[in-house]
Parts: sequence; C-alpha cells; structure tokens
Amino acid sequence: MTLSLRSFMRHEAVLGILLVLVLFVLAQQSDKFFTTANILNQGRLMTEIGLIALPMTFVIITGGIDLSVGSILGLCAILLGVFWQNLGLPLPAAMALAVCVGALAGLVNGLIITRFKVPPLIATLATLALYRGLAEGISQARSVRGYPEWFFVLGQGEVLGVPTQLWILIVFAIGAAAILGLTTFGRATYAVGANETAARFSGINVDRTKLLIYTASGLVSGIAAVIFVSRVSTTRSDMGTGVELDVITAVVLGGTSIFGGRGTIIGTVVGLILVQALKNGLALSGVKGDGTIVVIGVVLIFAILASNLFSRNGDG
Amino acid sequence: MSVETATVRRSASTGFAARTFATYGQEFIILACIVVLFVAVGLIAPRFISPTNLTTIFVGNAYIAVAAIGMSMVIISGHIDVSVGSLIGVLATISGTLAVSGYPVWFAWLAPVIVGMVVTSFIGVLVAYVRIPSIVVTLGMLSILKGGLISVTGGAWITNLPPDYLIAQFRLFGIPSPVWFMIALTALAAMFMRYTAFGRSIYAIGGNGEAARVAGIPVERTTVTIFAIHGLFAGIAAVLFATQLQVIQSTVPPNLELTVITASVVGGVSILGGTGTVVGSTLAAILFAAIGSSLIFLNVSAYWLRAVQGLLILATVLADMARRHRIG
Repeated sequence: MTLSLRSFMRHEAVLGILLVLVLFVLAQQSDKFFTTANILNQGRLMTEIGLIALPMTFVIITGGIDLSVGSILGLCAILLGVFWQNLGLPLPAAMALAVCVGALAGLVNGLIITRFKVPPLIATLATLALYRGLAEGISQARSVRGYPEWFFVLGQGEVLGVPTQLWILIVFAIGAAAILGLTTFGRATYAVGANETAARFSGINVDRTKLLIYTASGLVSGIAAVIFVSRVSTTRSDMGTGVELDVITAVVLGGTSIFGGRGTIIGTVVGLILVQALKNGLALSGVKGDGTIVVIGVVLIFAILASNLFSRNGDG
Repeated sequence: MSVETATVRRSASTGFAARTFATYGQEFIILACIVVLFVAVGLIAPRFISPTNLTTIFVGNAYIAVAAIGMSMVIISGHIDVSVGSLIGVLATISGTLAVSGYPVWFAWLAPVIVGMVVTSFIGVLVAYVRIPSIVVTLGMLSILKGGLISVTGGAWITNLPPDYLIAQFRLFGIPSPVWFMIALTALAAMFMRYTAFGRSIYAIGGNGEAARVAGIPVERTTVTIFAIHGLFAGIAAVLFATQLQVIQSTVPPNLELTVITASVVGGVSILGGTGTVVGSTLAAILFAAIGSSLIFLNVSAYWLRAVQGLLILATVLADMARRHRIG
C-alpha cells in the first residue's frame, strides 16, 4: 500500500508540475488566458464534465468503466424538455424527474453488470447506443426551447461573482473526496478494485457497492444534463455526444488506474483543470475545436503510458 | 474456447445436424431471423424484397460486414477497437483524395489498406507490448483520427471521382462487387480461423492468454498481427465505402464503430473473447442492415434505429451470459 501510495504521489506531483508548465506556456500565448473573466468562464464550461468525472473516478477505481454517461446526459436533457413542454409538468418537477431517469439509467447499467456479470465495457457500450437511441427516438430531432428566465440561473447565473454551477461542482467534489477518502464505502470501493474476490471474502457487499456507484454515475449525469440545458438554453438529442471521452481522459490523467484499485478525487480535479486549460489555451492560440480533440486523444494515451511506466517502477 | 469444445463434445454422439447446430447455433438463429424478416416485411410491403431494394441493402452495408470480420478477430482475441469508424472515415478520405488527384486507381485502392494496417499495428503494439488496455488506446485513437480528419478537410465533399475508381459499382454475373467481396472475404476468413494454426491461436489467446503463452504461442506478436489483419479489413471496407456513391464526404460516418461492434457481438462473437465466427458477424451485419431498411418500409421513424441497435446488443449479450452460466 505504501509503495503504491508513494508512486501515486509521484504521479500527482508530475501532474502538478505539468499543469503549472501548461498554464505558463498558454499564458505566454495569449494575454486573455489569465484574466478572471476567462478563468471563471472556463469553470462554467467544465462543470458538466467535472461533475460526471467524480462518480467516474469511483467507477474506474472499482476496475469498471461507464461509456454511457454522454448518452444518459442526452436522454435526460431530452426528457427534461419533453416532461416540461409536452407533458406540461412544472419545470422543477420535470428537472427532478429527469435526474431520476438518469439514476434509473445508471441503476440499469449496474444491474446488467452485477446480476448478469456482463463486463462494464460492453454493458455500457450497449446502453450508450440504447440511451442515445431513446433520446433520438423520443425527440425525433426536434429541439425544445423557451425555458423561463429563472431556469438559466443554474447554467448562466452567478452567485457571489462565481458561476452558479461552479459552486455545485465544488460542493460535489468535496463531498466525493470525503466519501472516497474518509468513509467505509470509500475503502470498499478501493478494495473492490484492488481484488474483488478478496473484497468479497472480507465481507464487503461487492454487488451493492457497484450498484450504488453506477446509479450515482447515472444520477450525476442527469444533474449535469439539467445544468447543460440551462447553460445553452435549448435541448437537443445529440447533447453530450463524446462526453465520455473527456470524462475518462480527466479521470485517467488524474492518476486513477484503469485497472482499478488506485485513484483520488484531487487527482481527477487536477486532470480536469489540465484538460480544460489545454482546450481553452489552444482555442485562444487559434487552434480550431477539432484540433483540440486530437490533443486530448494524444494526452489520454500519453497519460496512461506515463502512468504505466510509473507503476512499473513502483512495483519494481 | 472451452465452452465451444464442451458443447461440441457433448453433442458428438447425437449426429451431424445436432453437432452442426451446437457449433453454429447463433448463426442459424440469425439466418432464421433474416429469412423471417424478409418474408414478413415482404408480405406487408412487397417493394422491400424488390431487386432494387435488396441491392441497396447489400451494396450499402457490405462494407460493414467486411469491417466486422476484422473486428470479430479483435474481439475473439479479447480486445476491442472503438476507433474503427473514424479509421474507415480517414481511409476513405485518403483513398478518394488520391483518386481525384490523378494517382493510378490501383494505388488509390491499395494505399488505404496499407495505412489502415499501419495504424492498427500501432494500436496493437501499444496494447500488446506497452500493455495499455485496448479500450483506452482506441478511445484516444478515435479522437485523434476524428479530430484530425475534420480539422484537415473541414468535412468537405470529394467529387469528380474517376469512373474506373468506383469498384463498389462494378458487377460480376449481375451481382454487385461488394456482395462478392463480402462473401469471399467471409469465407476466406472463416477457413483461416478454423483451419490454420494462426487462426486457432486467436481463439486460444482470447480463451486464456496465460494458457496460450504456456502452450508456446507468442501472445504479443500474435496480438499485433491480429490488429494488423483488422486494419487490412478496415482498409478494404473503407474502399468499398468510398466507392459506393459518386461522392465521398470526408467526415467520420456517425456511429459506424458501434454498428461494426454490434455486428460482431450479435453474430455470436463472445464479448469475453475466445468464441465466435466471422460467418455469424457477416450474417448479423446483413440482419442489421435489413432491420434498418424495414423500419423505413414499415413507416417507423429512422430515429428509433439506434434504440433498436442498442436493444439488440443488450439482448444478445445477456443471452450470451445466460448461456455461459448454464453451461459453465
């Protein structure tokens, strides 16, 4: 444990230095980069990915993966619009219901994985298609607009000069860090990822732990959907396409082992900031949106490459 | 591997028909589904089984079946490639660009195949030697290829393709060439996987990597080769895809990787590796194309297609797991 902890601290240190370096280089490229307005705006843009990255950290620590988060986001966003506009529900009820659907979608993932023993990769690849398909089928490519003014506070408003959703992200991140670092549930999460059989024999309810984590992943994706809709003022069925890549990149970049058993919320947050800084910095330096996708792909592969080398050194 | 062998052995005494069904059960089920679908939808909407529509179904989807052959090998060996859709998009664009730039036609056909093999071999090296899980490598590769393609081309259309380049529009004995490609490549790959030592080692690696190593199979080298073969099929698929119309849109066909993986998994390739055949994946690709076409003839909105796709994968995967638990 001490060995892996040491190699892990090393990863975080490397990540921290990398972040400082990236920030420094990007600040040289554009004088807009280090302004308060830009930094707060970036916080607004990274909230949805940041929120989903928190339960994703738990998921990956258990040795699993959840590829369906982007589709759950799309499904919840569509249902929010449908509940409110087509079924005529009050908007707060529609918001709550949409989040519940997210939790339900996550629960279904968890049940497929724990009851039928389907590998998480395949289970969530299937539900990625299913949930996005439901979103497309329900919406029939129609978008929902015309939300009331108060609804935009969530995604476009400010509290004490800081974007509303950034507060939500901060509260959730602290909560997630506390659960992972301080509670028995957090210890159980690590134990399941490190050695599932051993965890089962030491009395941990492995299936219940996984079920809760995948449900949380769906629930938080639902919350992210509501914030997303509030931020962009409209609902479309292709919302959140490819979000899983950004989320997994942030988590893995943050030092969470894709093989399970290792990772922290702090690492995920640093990884998240690094990804967002890269995106923003490149955009300010004149790189087009599609070019930044390439950089994220390269960063993802190199992060795992580096992490593999580190863990090999740690083991030796 | 072990499940398949066990099933075959148990039914060995019950005759040829039962034995064949035990080995190719999934394939027969899909074949039955295809026949039932064509008959049922054909009765409701006769134009569904008209030669024109059948040609549309096969010519428009044969490249998916071809790509699914390579994907099946990758999944049987216990890996996955979620970047195949982006790869086909990139290769089709390369092929079309070469064709309109005045390069010889054979070069425009060959180049994407070689580039495809180089890219997937690189993936294979990262997976086999550097030990990065294939899902992570190919997720990263997906965004590199997709982002790279769009930022280079801006999604522009490639037009004025030379007529002798459009290989997917050639016909032999009145049957479009993509159908011949699909049948020939499936048959070749099926025999390769069943009767060659290399083919058997694909199953061995997916069934139990450690056991395969102990049995003397060079696991790393074989894995890279499997990915290279997968790139070969992706390259051929890209050429068929690029030449089926008069124009090529230089973007990534949406959800193509999922369609290819669906064909493999629904075709009976076990998600846990070790079992499955390419005959099944080709049949599944045909079934899925027919379902997509029948939705149109039954006046169901095409927007439900992906939901059907997701349900199909899920149902097959659950059935696969249930069968495993019963046998094992």
